[in-house]
Amino acid sequence: MLNSKIPAGKLDDKWVDYKGHCKLVNPANKRKMEVIIVGTGLAGASAAAAMGELGYKVKAFCFQDSPRRAHSIAAQGGINAAKNYQNDGDSVFRLFYDTIKGGDYRAREANVHRLAEVSANIIDQCVAQGVPFAREYGGLLSNRSFGGTQVQRTFYAAGQTGQQLLIGAYQALERQVALGNVTMHARHEMLDIVKIDGKARGIIARNLITGELEKHFGHAVLICSGGYGNVFYLSTNAMGSNVTAAWKAHKQGAYFANPCFTQIHPTCIPVSGDHQSKLTLMSESLRNDGRIWVPKNLGETRKANEIPEEERDYYLERRYPAFGNLVPRDVASRAAKERCDAGYGVGTSKQAVYLDYAAAIERYGKIEVSKQGLSNVAHEQIIAMGKEVVKEKYGNLFDMYAKITGENPYEVPMRIYPAVHYTMGGLWVDYELQTTVPGLYALGEANFSDHGANRLGASALMQGLADGYFVAPYTVGNNLADEIYNAAIPTTHPAFEEAAKKVAERIASLKNINGKQTAESFHKRLGKIIWNECGMSRNASGLKQAIADVQALKKEFWSDLRVPGEINEYNPELDKANRVADFIELGELMCIDALTREESCGGHFREEYQTPEGEALRDDKNFMFVSAWENKGEHEWELHKEELKYEVIQPSQRNYK
Amino acid sequence: MSQNTMNLKVKVWRQKNANTQGAFVTYDVAGISDEMSFLEMLDILNEKLITEGGDPVAFDHDCREGICGMCSLYINGKPHGPWQANTTCQLHMRAFKDGETIVIEPWRANSFPIVKDLTVDRSAFDRIIQAGGYISVNTGNAVDGNSLPIEKQNADDAFAAAMCIGCGACVAACKNSSAMLFLSAKVSHLALLPQGAPERKSRVLNMVAQMDKEGFGSCTNTGACEATCPKEISIANIARLNKEYLGASLSAE
Repeated sequence: MLNSKIPAGKLDDKWVDYKGHCKLVNPANKRKMEVIIVGTGLAGASAAAAMGELGYKVKAFCFQDSPRRAHSIAAQGGINAAKNYQNDGDSVFRLFYDTIKGGDYRAREANVHRLAEVSANIIDQCVAQGVPFAREYGGLLSNRSFGGTQVQRTFYAAGQTGQQLLIGAYQALERQVALGNVTMHARHEMLDIVKIDGKARGIIARNLITGELEKHFGHAVLICSGGYGNVFYLSTNAMGSNVTAAWKAHKQGAYFANPCFTQIHPTCIPVSGDHQSKLTLMSESLRNDGRIWVPKNLGETRKANEIPEEERDYYLERRYPAFGNLVPRDVASRAAKERCDAGYGVGTSKQAVYLDYAAAIERYGKIEVSKQGLSNVAHEQIIAMGKEVVKEKYGNLFDMYAKITGENPYEVPMRIYPAVHYTMGGLWVDYELQTTVPGLYALGEANFSDHGANRLGASALMQGLADGYFVAPYTVGNNLADEIYNAAIPTTHPAFEEAAKKVAERIASLKNINGKQTAESFHKRLGKIIWNECGMSRNASGLKQAIADVQALKKEFWSDLRVPGEINEYNPELDKANRVADFIELGELMCIDALTREESCGGHFREEYQTPEGEALRDDKNFMFVSAWENKGEHEWELHKEELKYEVIQPSQRNYK
Repeated sequence: MSQNTMNLKVKVWRQKNANTQGAFVTYDVAGISDEMSFLEMLDILNEKLITEGGDPVAFDHDCREGICGMCSLYINGKPHGPWQANTTCQLHMRAFKDGETIVIEPWRANSFPIVKDLTVDRSAFDRIIQAGGYISVNTGNAVDGNSLPIEKQNADDAFAAAMCIGCGACVAACKNSSAMLFLSAKVSHLALLPQGAPERKSRVLNMVAQMDKEGFGSCTNTGACEATCPKEISIANIARLNKEYLGASLSAE
């Protein structure tokens, strides 16, 4: 029976009451408690810094050469907070409501409300750390809008918000390293959880430079390793982003929740060919000012700028007049797919739509003219002034587009297409962010808890930092208070020896396959299966086929993989093979989850379940639950359901019209 | 949008590990589309090497969108290759011509020892940050974000300095292997903000001391760092650093 440990009481009071009553560890005891943190993105770095500040002995691990590289750094658009600085009617309740609705009523009310409550603290904390958020001329913080909301609550630092927030958390982490509270292990990868008497008590980590396996003890282990979007091979994730740490936790008894809830982001640069190694996001903030369209004529051959206004179909504005280009991501992605599937796509591949800045450039140009009190200004000059404004707001994104495509987005509309971006599913956690394995926690994108079936823009950064700075320090402490009588267990304990032996055997077996095909080639094939059958739209027969295909791929992988080099050296191909092996297993579970969930909700669109207008059709009567999967062995999982109870919000069909 | 393909030679620095001698090895790469990124070209080379039973070329990379700072590479004599304000991962093969030979080397600096082939160890940068590249504020101590208005120009300048991705191209470009641009970007970012004021003096002194300890060379104002920086961090930051350092040294006890 899954116990989500949601505190009793009114929704508004739950977190306050929890903090008021949770157990504490006194400073002298904190120094004896060891905490392991795997991953140093926003969730991991902020948790490591916050726990280090409290006096715990923290050991942090990342596979990159420095904690500053984690993929949180690539988040562009911004971070939400219910500050209501714009006086436009925002509040904790509204942020909570938007997030639950945006998630298509598949998230837990209590967790999401807590997220909205701490959102304002995050902004304050980051400002205090010196994060250079965008500001107005009066010196105050600036905001913009994101999809799925009607208020301006998004704080940003040009198109590099993730970078600035991560550098803030990284600096706080490095400060704790300097103070001796955190030991940082870069270029290390966690390859198993060590359990003693049913509790997570440490990890086996591989030093990626020497290949040596290391044993590390912890009174608690926090998995902050991010999402699993790279199961699709092509995604906006970094090349190294992987599911391995979370998957090892799953294999050790942590349930994996809602794996089929994956987010396809509507505005990415389209695939250009088979050589493609990753996809690049064009921030959702571009939908603030850009207009999305395709030609009205089938088989249109003219260039974008030659197509007159009346022959353009601004399909988001047409279908969703209330939210227009700012509908949530799942809705915008499906609408783009619908147009392309119907034959209206643009570019050589016909798998793209236009994101057009011409109108915004002209509008901003006119505003500049009136700001500067000019008259009789030539059209070209208005456009030039407008381009300057757009450059200031989105310059780095436009430059990036130009570098990748060789086209100038100030002159011609950008071509965009949806791409895998984020995974709402992840390790199942209770209110305390603890998995089903005692002592094992999951924070940030690695857990499933806050975004339901679809995440709203600018909410990932918010959740990562909320979990790390403001939630885990309390909830992990509440459990560590019971551990003060337990001294650190030496890593000579048989459980550590046994776990290290198992990891060494697995690495040796990968290396000893001595087949012909590379890890990369298997990864690409896995990605194609999952994208085609478990991507933007899914159906029962396709999913069944995908499950069979993934199982066959797994067999082929374990009989024909080639890993070059040696085990005891720096060997990125071995690292990759290890990760791809886990992605293959996860891919199977994703398809099983998608097949089992016989409804459409958020990013999970089952073709069999849609409204006459082609919108997602939920089945609240039968599927108002979290699917938490327990691993039972090779190709075997058992489903556990956590019922979702909506006490404050009345679920309804999402309407953005 | 039409693709052209080309055949190239790449002359790559191969070195098994930090303790062995390295050497250049030349490989042919065929059928490279001009729409590929530079790293995708290396992916193709590596797939070929593995399939033929060889050892793939090790190089650092991660986000492949120009922001994580993990990729490096000295390409045809320039850190991050021929394009201005660019990282290696964002360099595309349009920049090269059919039949060309491309020379690829790792960052070369004593403070960045080679790990393998084109991969180097840049942990010295982390240690410089540990020496003071932060504002000492524990979680939960913050006042309301808008209680401290910051002049837009200062906020913008701080942001421009904070854009540094810590890739190390500035060190690789410098004939003295100086880390002054990297260091000055962090000192400027924090010195321009009122939150950074209390630790302003100790920060600059400690960070400079750590930089010297790591063995980075001196700055002789050649400006190669600024010219090569993928984020166009201005050399004006070095002037600010010198001012901060002088001020702190004169008033320090």
